[in-house]
Amino acid sequence: MRPIGTRYTNVHDPAPSRLSYRLMRFMLTPLLRRLVFYGIPGFVLSLAVGLYFADEEHRENLRAFADDVHRSIIERPEFMVSAVQILGAGSTLEEDIREVLPVNFPISSFSLDVQEMRKILVELDPVADASLQVRDGILFIDVSERKPAFVWRKRDGLELLDETGHYVRSITARMDYPDLPLVAGEGADKNIAEARALLTSATPLVDRLRGLIYVGERRWDLALDRNQRILLPAEGAVQALEKVLIFNDTQELLDRAISVVDMRLSERPTLRLADGTSSMLLRQIKSSGADQ
Amino acid sequence: MTDFYDAQRAMRSMRKAALQRGVIAVLDVGSTKIGCLILRFDGVDRNIDAETVGPMAGQSGFRVIGSATTRSRGMEFGEVVSMPEAERAIRTALQSAQKLAGVRVDHVIASFSGGAPRSYGLAGQITVEDQFVTEQHIAEVLSACDVPAYGDGREVLHAQPVNFALDHRSGLSDPRGQIGKELSTDMHMLTVSEKSILDLAYCIKRCDLELAGIASSAYASGMASLVEDEQELGSACIDMGGGTTSLSIFMKKHMIYADTVRLGGDHVTRDISMGLQVPIATAERIKTRSGGLMATGMDDRDMIEIGGDTGDWEHDRRTISRTELIGIMRPRVEEILEEVRAHLDAAGFEHLPSQQIVLTGGASQVPGMDTLASRILGQQVRLGRPLRIHRLPQAYSGPSCSALVGVSLFAAHPQDEWWDFEVPAHKLGARSIRKALRWFKENW
Repeated sequence: MRPIGTRYTNVHDPAPSRLSYRLMRFMLTPLLRRLVFYGIPGFVLSLAVGLYFADEEHRENLRAFADDVHRSIIERPEFMVSAVQILGAGSTLEEDIREVLPVNFPISSFSLDVQEMRKILVELDPVADASLQVRDGILFIDVSERKPAFVWRKRDGLELLDETGHYVRSITARMDYPDLPLVAGEGADKNIAEARALLTSATPLVDRLRGLIYVGERRWDLALDRNQRILLPAEGAVQALEKVLIFNDTQELLDRAISVVDMRLSERPTLRLADGTSSMLLRQIKSSGADQ
Repeated sequence: MTDFYDAQRAMRSMRKAALQRGVIAVLDVGSTKIGCLILRFDGVDRNIDAETVGPMAGQSGFRVIGSATTRSRGMEFGEVVSMPEAERAIRTALQSAQKLAGVRVDHVIASFSGGAPRSYGLAGQITVEDQFVTEQHIAEVLSACDVPAYGDGREVLHAQPVNFALDHRSGLSDPRGQIGKELSTDMHMLTVSEKSILDLAYCIKRCDLELAGIASSAYASGMASLVEDEQELGSACIDMGGGTTSLSIFMKKHMIYADTVRLGGDHVTRDISMGLQVPIATAERIKTRSGGLMATGMDDRDMIEIGGDTGDWEHDRRTISRTELIGIMRPRVEEILEEVRAHLDAAGFEHLPSQQIVLTGGASQVPGMDTLASRILGQQVRLGRPLRIHRLPQAYSGPSCSALVGVSLFAAHPQDEWWDFEVPAHKLGARSIRKALRWFKENW
């Protein structure tokens, strides 16, 4: 049977109306297109976010949430540091270090400022250098202590200096460190390098050497036993000392009754006889002259 | 003379502006299908070394970014018969192409096959007084062509200088800078009825677009489906459309003749519809699915259900053999091809050095067309498809879209036309100030 109704009269015609055509062309305008696809959504989004966070409580919530997340990550057991182990330090220094480090264990390795801690440690007087390392949840602190090289007698007590002249600690008795050379005088720690050089040169005299005295913060004196002194110039002290040693080798200068060898002017070395020696000597000379 | 000249110049400058913006639409308004491509021009393709390869047949500078086809309405024989309908159809094609491209297009280059194109061969000659031939001389010799009285209500669509001759040397494509006395030119001019252009322009204007160029679809499909040596040595392109069959003859890369036969695939469909007493839509389906032109013994046993919608069981269950269908189709196709043959003979096609014939267009896809065509048109017949252009969809690469592709090529690489040269001052109308300025420019 033929179907009732009109089947072929209304062929679908897909032509757009003029209005929709114009609208489509309008929407294809480049500026408008960008505005619709990026500008308006962006504006709405930023407006919504802005309005939401205009409320202090919402901002606070977000901050708390962010903190929570942050903490939950950095406080994972893999990142925790539970103890500190100090290597290469004596017991007193170890206690000092524990006292001075501003951390309470356990702590996350993210909140551990190793650089800062190293700076604090190196500022400690007995510490020459320090390296810090976090391994297996333990903070290893490798400390190298300063080695005392000199005893410095000051007006208000005794101090130990290391070989760079840096203060190590104060002591009460010189004889606690009998093998360390003694230095004295204001500012001796600033020129300890020259003192070291003088000491190495003065090895032949080492059993007679009492100490080194820094005079006027510019030059060194060598104090020997029997109240003998060698006065050295500010410049070329080592050479002057070596000259004295040569004199000593050849003429046994220091075995004689001389109290001061003055080398301050190197072209004119001066000797001072020991007190009382001069009159006795003159008498001997005279008497020998009378004998003849 | 100056009216169409100015109009064409205006379209040229519009085309230049469109190329500057980089996006242009091309539109082929046919009797069965309206196709639209949106082209984007983005300079020379950087992947191709321009020094060594050169633009490959000129289609490397642009790509297709949107495409659409729609069924034609309100068009017959390539001409508008119902304005609102045609306008709606054009609007449909333009809208879907623009939607697909995602860009708004403001300029369109259109082609159409109607308007009863007529070809004229023009000749002009001047004496060159200066030492060299300059562009000015070319403009002068083009203006010196005596334009035939092509009649009221007709408009020049193409006017292309095909050949230049300087003294005794002929076959020059560009005589500028050469030395000679007598400069003469041959020009091919194509006129169509003014009404067909105005109708099309009006429809496009109603779509809020500017017409940036207009081409004959015979020319366009020749540009698209003839390969370079065919264009050079002489060949004819026969674009078998729905309403019309347009033919163009090319020689030395210029179109030298174009014409249309007002018969096409629609007539075949109508014959089937009448012969089998089925609706046009059914006839079209039968034609495209089982049509053919060369009957074999097998076709006697190949039964085709025609169907029907009358409610009469006997009527609705009719079948025919394929031979019968071929018997209906073949005389009509033969008629079309014989008509084409007559036009080619009238144009003097047999005098060309090479007589290649290329069949393209939707109606050329009937099986057996090449065999039948070579019986009527001669041995050198082949079926042509359009050139490949960058990013052309697969569905548009068939012979039915060769005019559309041709308009794209026309948009990208137009040939020189008369209106690309400045009119010499003495040919200009009575606009005295411009005339005076032009005179100064020429003489100082």
